[in-house]
Amino acid sequence: MRKLFIANRGEIAVRIIRAARELGIRTVQAVSAADREMLAARLADEVFEVGPAPAAKSYLDREALVRAAVASGADAVHPGYGFLAENATFAEAVERAGLVFVGPRPETIRLMGDKARAREFAAAAGVPIVPGGGGSLEINELLGCARAIGFPLMIKAAAGGGGRGIRIASNAEVLQRLIAEAQSEAKAAFGDGAIYLERFLPRARHIEVQVLGDGERAVHLFERECSLQRRRQKLWEEAPAAFLTSAQRDALCDSAVRLAAAMGYRGAGTLEYLLDEERGEYFFIEMNTRIQVEHPVTEMVTGLDLVREMLGVAAGRPLGLRQGEITLRGHAIECRINAEDPERGFLPAPGVVHAVIVPGGPGVRFDSMLYPGCAVPPFYDSLLGKLVVWDETRAQALARLRRALAELCIDGIRTTIPAHRILAAHPDVARQAVHTRWIETWLAGNPFANTGAEAEC
Amino acid sequence: MSTKTIAAPLPGTFYRRPAPEEPPFKNEGDPVAAGEQVGLIEVMKTFTAVLAEEAGHIRRFLVENEAPVMAGEPLYELEI
Repeated sequence: MRKLFIANRGEIAVRIIRAARELGIRTVQAVSAADREMLAARLADEVFEVGPAPAAKSYLDREALVRAAVASGADAVHPGYGFLAENATFAEAVERAGLVFVGPRPETIRLMGDKARAREFAAAAGVPIVPGGGGSLEINELLGCARAIGFPLMIKAAAGGGGRGIRIASNAEVLQRLIAEAQSEAKAAFGDGAIYLERFLPRARHIEVQVLGDGERAVHLFERECSLQRRRQKLWEEAPAAFLTSAQRDALCDSAVRLAAAMGYRGAGTLEYLLDEERGEYFFIEMNTRIQVEHPVTEMVTGLDLVREMLGVAAGRPLGLRQGEITLRGHAIECRINAEDPERGFLPAPGVVHAVIVPGGPGVRFDSMLYPGCAVPPFYDSLLGKLVVWDETRAQALARLRRALAELCIDGIRTTIPAHRILAAHPDVARQAVHTRWIETWLAGNPFANTGAEAEC
Repeated sequence: MSTKTIAAPLPGTFYRRPAPEEPPFKNEGDPVAAGEQVGLIEVMKTFTAVLAEEAGHIRRFLVENEAPVMAGEPLYELEI
């Protein structure tokens, strides 16, 4: 690999350029008309304009990107995350043009992109999935199925989707009544009264395992916890999930390696799980076949460079890492710094950044697309950067995070910094008493009502 | 009758249709009531409805479908 085309923007483009440059690989940065002055365009060896500002006509235009990659003389394409990173057709087009796609094989992307097939594949590889079943019309059959799954249960129309008409039953009596209701509703809505039952996890934690593979062999780089989410968008991530016992951690990470090995996984990937803390059970939900936003927390606790590993595997080298050599040290926390106003319902806040003060010192890392005077265009995702801290223990990492958040200043636009300052001082966060719907409950209590120091730059 | 130029309330990508395969909210020449939807602006993956502030007829759009728009940029002309 001599020249890498970056089919992405923002902070992840900067991250990829850094890894490539350290390996002596030249970089070509794709830009839209709105991004000619972005940080990644300034840092790359070459810049190639691929289309106008709206993403549909630039970073999502498969043909324009492949054309630009070929014309630039690149021999590989890194898709980053989002945009076309999990688009099998794009990966195929890149390979057909004779370039290397930095990621898994197109058929892997397709398999894991189909949630039902991914679930079946995981179950076949011995990875636990959320217990479910049914698809039946017969009440006794459904009740038998419910006993096997356990309560509380979620009742869904087998033909439905998108969360429509979901009911929760906590015991068999309630279930019987709700099944009758759900069946008539499903019949009316979809012309099919078949019912699907699934275990309901009222207080689940989001845990995910980082894997790396070279197409032959796969290893894990331990897990992350990402339970602090707003509308399924992660706000804050940690590595490791400190509340897990080492036996739980081993079982979870081994299951991820089993799945990655079963598909001959190539590149960096993440298996997402829901963990039922009360029962200590975990269930695979989906796999992301790309580098993730929160990959730095894993890098901080393992000392490895995931983007460098991705580039090595893409260049055709076997994975140099052995599972036994990958060790976990200390604790890392990442806060997503978005151009959003948390005090106004996380309203998008594009604009121009005037001044930036970046925290430093031991154990602090700031991956971002910011520089003084840079524009934050309204056309793309609101992620500006990620503040990442590391320390020997979780409590020390939290103290370091509070210190770093107090230093961080982005002047000119509203950001999620005030929300992170409150979270970093919250007792529930300190005692890890969080779950995937914790943020919503916290926001309902109007946490910004009496902010003073938190809101200051 | 006078013509008024209406500015975009937000920066982002302007859409004249609710979905790519659906007809536009309003065509040029169509009457529009106050509060009626004339378009959508996508700001950082968040969609905001563009509502008519007053009644009239849409004379013409000054920004194409799926084109970028800046806050305060002329969006359409309204005959009142």
